[in-house]
Amino acid sequence: MGDLITMDDLTNEEILEVLDNARSLLPVAKGEVYLPLLQGKVLGNLFFENSTRTRMSFETAMKRLGGEVLNLSSIGSSVAKGETLYDTMQMVDGYADIAVIRHPNQGAAQYSADAVEIPILNGGDGAGNHPTQTMLDLFTIREAHGSLEGLNVMMVGDLRYGRTTHSLSHALVRFGAKITLVSPESLRMPDEIVSDLKSHGGDVKETDEMSSSIDSADVIYMTRIQKERFPDEDEYVKVAGVYKLTEDDLSGAKAGMIVMHPLPRVNELHASVDTTKHARYFQQAFNGVPTRMALLCRSLGVEIPKKVNK
Amino acid sequence: MSEMRRVTAICNGTAIDHIPSGHALQVLKMLRLDTGRSNPISMVMNVPSGKMGRKDVLKIEDRELNQEELDRLALIAPKASVAIIRNYHVAEKRNIELGSELINIVRCSFSNCITQNSREPLPHKIKIISADPLVLRCSYCGKNQDIDQIVDFII
Ligand SMILES: Nc1ncnc2c1ncn2[C@@H]1O[C@H](COP(=O)(O)OP(=O)(O)OP(=O)(O)O)[C@@H](O)[C@H]1O
Ligand SMILES: [Mg+2]
Ligand SMILES: [Zn+2]
Repeated sequence: MGDLITMDDLTNEEILEVLDNARSLLPVAKGEVYLPLLQGKVLGNLFFENSTRTRMSFETAMKRLGGEVLNLSSIGSSVAKGETLYDTMQMVDGYADIAVIRHPNQGAAQYSADAVEIPILNGGDGAGNHPTQTMLDLFTIREAHGSLEGLNVMMVGDLRYGRTTHSLSHALVRFGAKITLVSPESLRMPDEIVSDLKSHGGDVKETDEMSSSIDSADVIYMTRIQKERFPDEDEYVKVAGVYKLTEDDLSGAKAGMIVMHPLPRVNELHASVDTTKHARYFQQAFNGVPTRMALLCRSLGVEIPKKVNK
Repeated sequence: MSEMRRVTAICNGTAIDHIPSGHALQVLKMLRLDTGRSNPISMVMNVPSGKMGRKDVLKIEDRELNQEELDRLALIAPKASVAIIRNYHVAEKRNIELGSELINIVRCSFSNCITQNSREPLPHKIKIISADPLVLRCSYCGKNQDIDQIVDFII
């Protein structure tokens, strides 16, 4: 089926195939070539929670491939009147050919996939999974390092609620990455994820200290400590601002090391990093477009030409 | 019938033997037989057992447990033996088996799971990740379930 709910829905071979396709689609993503592979198709953009990048990049991806987009925002819709997700999805099943869903409740994407016929892409469910983000992260890493095999990856910040790191760590372990998880004690990666990573043979280290791992890293993946996921303000204040990556911290870093961030950032990633050769987060945000194009085509069973000519 | 019976023989019904010691009450709750209005039930707890040190035994009169009930039982007493008694004799022995997924048997305990909205109509689904030790995971949100609390979440 064409659903993408967690990274378990893709084999390593399928991941690499999608990433190859995303690379072929780069000129289309940049708007240099118009390739209407998805003409006549409609994407339902279902955002029950705020999003800038995910929603916009899906919309751009669909439109650059000649498709149409329906946007649902929960404000003002029948969702605000207490409609169940099941009922909302029955409607979407009739209006769209494929849907991406972001929802505050964990499990909402799998639930939606069970409720309808059309393919469902998980655009983030609570603190659960965010596999399309993972795919664009993998694309970014692979473009920088040429391969996904055996990299040293640091993940820093809110690893408890930060769903992007949950999906990404799963995927990287499958490619033999060595992962260093850096977080305050209260924001550690959930136990079931850490034990899953280890049971899949993952080389995983947990620490609350960032600086000593920087020089050996191939990727530093920074995340924001998300205020909105804290039950109370005091808990947030205690850990907000514990990690701040600046240009100075990178003086001993490997030449090819890249700094990533799913954005938006607050203080954890200083603007001085932006002008270094390591900064890759704005590129990463753009990479959402070709990657999501490739994923839309995959779910809709549309073949992507190996070579897209300008 | 070599062992000495602590409770009298029943004419018709179900005998559940080899329940982990101290868990008979949980089994009753799991089978929704704790209502006070069900069939006659005899229970022994913490009796010596050759196989498992100590065990609990339940005998439920005039009721043959069906497969769905046996599936529930598997969550608490995966190694129990179930005998259907007809006319004072063991008429059938049933195996309890944990399948790969529990459908509408327990609900997910995670407060932010989509299934917490009781108006959502799709069935509750819990995946069996491992039978021994028992590891259960919500098929929607992916959260592992606390096995000690599982009786509180039966449907
Ligand atoms: N008429 C009866 N009334 C109540 N319980 C009975 C009756 N006949 C058998 N049982 C119970 O049913 C279970 C199975 O009986 P069985 O005679 O096969 O014993 P067993 O050889 O010990 O079997 P197992 O290997 O399952 O322990 C035992 O717990 C036994 O006490
Ligand atoms: Mg016996
Ligand atoms: Zn759940």
